[in-house]
Amino acid sequence: MRNTDVVVCDPKPLRFWQRFYLVEVLKGLGVTLRHFLGNLFGRKYTVTVEWPEVKREYSDRLRGRHVLLTREDGSPRCVACYMCETACPADCIHIEAEEDPTSTVEWEKRPKVFNIDLLRCVFCGLCVDACPKEAIIMTRHHEMAFTGREEAVATIDTLLQKGPIDRIDLGYRPYYGRESRPITLPIPVRVEPAPKAPRPDLAATP
Amino acid sequence: MSMSQEKLESFRRAFPPSRGVEEIPGQDIPTFQVERELLPELARRLKDDPDFDFKMLSDVCGVDWPERQARFDVVYHLYSLTHNHRLRLKVPVSEQDAVVPSVYGVWRAADWFEREVFDMFGVRFSGHPNLKRILCHPSFQGHALRKDYDPGQRWLLREGEQDEPSWAREVQEDEDHFETQVLNLGPSHPATHGTLRTVVRLDGEVITRAECEIGYLHRCFEKMSERHTWNQIIPYTDRLNYCSAMMNGVGYALAVEKLLGVEAPPRAQVIRVILSELSRIMDHIVCIGANLNDVGAMTPFLYVYQAREEIYSLLEACAGGRLTISYVRVGGLANDVPEGFEEAVRYLLRRIPPLVDDMERLITENRIFRQRTEGIGKLSAAEAVDWGWTGPCLRASGVPYDVRKTNPYLGYETYDFKVPIATTGDTYARYLVRVEEIRQSLKIVEQALKRLAPGPIITDNHHVALPPKEKVYTEMEALIWHFKLIMEGMKVPKGEVYGFTEGANGELGFYTISDGGGSPYRLHCRPPCFAVFQAYPHMLEGHMIADSIAILGSLNIIAGELDR
Repeated sequence: MRNTDVVVCDPKPLRFWQRFYLVEVLKGLGVTLRHFLGNLFGRKYTVTVEWPEVKREYSDRLRGRHVLLTREDGSPRCVACYMCETACPADCIHIEAEEDPTSTVEWEKRPKVFNIDLLRCVFCGLCVDACPKEAIIMTRHHEMAFTGREEAVATIDTLLQKGPIDRIDLGYRPYYGRESRPITLPIPVRVEPAPKAPRPDLAATP
Repeated sequence: MSMSQEKLESFRRAFPPSRGVEEIPGQDIPTFQVERELLPELARRLKDDPDFDFKMLSDVCGVDWPERQARFDVVYHLYSLTHNHRLRLKVPVSEQDAVVPSVYGVWRAADWFEREVFDMFGVRFSGHPNLKRILCHPSFQGHALRKDYDPGQRWLLREGEQDEPSWAREVQEDEDHFETQVLNLGPSHPATHGTLRTVVRLDGEVITRAECEIGYLHRCFEKMSERHTWNQIIPYTDRLNYCSAMMNGVGYALAVEKLLGVEAPPRAQVIRVILSELSRIMDHIVCIGANLNDVGAMTPFLYVYQAREEIYSLLEACAGGRLTISYVRVGGLANDVPEGFEEAVRYLLRRIPPLVDDMERLITENRIFRQRTEGIGKLSAAEAVDWGWTGPCLRASGVPYDVRKTNPYLGYETYDFKVPIATTGDTYARYLVRVEEIRQSLKIVEQALKRLAPGPIITDNHHVALPPKEKVYTEMEALIWHFKLIMEGMKVPKGEVYGFTEGANGELGFYTISDGGGSPYRLHCRPPCFAVFQAYPHMLEGHMIADSIAILGSLNIIAGELDR
């Protein structure tokens, strides 16, 4: 390696004024005071948010909980080809296939069982990349809490898309010729509307 | 990179095949198969002869070939800082007589690497001072990386059978006839930043002896790699050094690309450089911030973490994940960067320097910090090289070794940046080197941003990369390639390669062996902080107990990479 490629950053000896604590302490206080006032009067650069009242925005590529998309008639797009199960590095997907009786073609498959163990899942998105039918995609839903291991296994009923696609908080999914939302920095936040009334099931319990 | 012809000739003359040194032709690095009886002499000669000058032992690992008579290969990777050349030695041993002379007496770097080979393959090293399991629990049965080891087995490992150094059981008195104390630092100590255990013997507050126990986060990345296809390993590499996940993925992908003979398109390379350098900044921010936090300076930690938070946001917008991003693919990247990428990077380039400046204002010339760290954890250049140190820690000892300069990859030779070094080799010097590296990385990002031109982001070789989705949905042929790649994995040609990049902690090596199948035959990761951390117990001797925390923070130990 040439010497010109190297920059030597050895410690410099303390200068006269630095030997006194007080001057340096005041200079340091100046820095912290600037940050303090900046955070107090303008929160443009503050990266901390007052969660959960305020939430930060994520990009539309966030790899959150999976969703199985449906066709127009409401049947799953999944053809039980086992590609996502094979591609999964965490072995968290379990599929069992059956013959689709409603199909117009012979031997069309559909998933009888489609389980994703969300505690095993590493949310890497390889299942989305592997899917040849754009059946499995990911949403931005990432705040998941379970009370037991069984509850963490998402079955086909919970995974299947409910309602129109524009109602899903879409996350990581295949990209081809689709407009992507530009990156915005500083990190955008959104204020969550406060829950108006206590949840009915909680209110009902005496 | 490889040895010059006359040096190779003189090596062949000194160790002709009649003495049991056989050359294996056609490798990425000159490779010789050595009889184990010859190894001590050969190692000594290779280190001391100025013609070869292999002062650094990069890596020791084992390979299992169950069908061979000599079942195991112990593979040594050597590096010469002065000649910038590398050498690979292979020592075959049989299962019945799996003993190899230890090279600990020649390179101290062999200490933990040889223990790892013993742990994973059961090859014993005669003459090793402390040969016992390192990554697995003492009561673990079997050797995990042997091909016939079934990874589905479960062992019940009890706390009571925990490893305890033999010296820790002895009662020892100091000169005033007070009993010295044995203390456990860790495994869950707030200052270890991960689960590490250091057993120290204390005389008052001074550490007189120390030994580390690691492996609490061991999940056998290498065994898992053997059971997954080449691209499935990418999410696993994220979890090696999770503070700079991008760089592990890049290092791994480059090693496999070397084996495949493909290259990522220019745009992918530039994006890899940008995100790698931002990851390096992040990693140094974590290291410095945590180190400062440990010695009592909380404020700068919070300032620089703002920058880290926003880099994570950028990574999340590109890859979809913040910490474990899984963005790299063999042959390119998973997706193109979204719109506004350039503006966002420019924003970061404006945003990071003031934060680093503020941290420097508070810390760099701070008398308290300097008194805490100057002269603490000092290691000379020769010692650091002997221990196999790389990265910022080695450079702080005054050795200007940076893979980006000595063996450029991703076009690093075309970027204008400098390698920061310091000569004192103490904790303060490591801080200074890291701060300067942040600034140099920003310079690289700035230059790389100018080169970002539109283009493909993954190779169009359909043996390697998944075809674009719109083709998969519409074309039969693309669907077949897609199917074959997912179900069987890409076929990597038979061979072996040692791919190495400059990770945030130093030389991150991936020694990859392919048997032509869909997953690696053997994938060995050379984690930089493994080599760095093995010197830690020796550095502690003579220091106060509070200094051990300052030293540990400055070494930047990432348990995910250390334990794999």
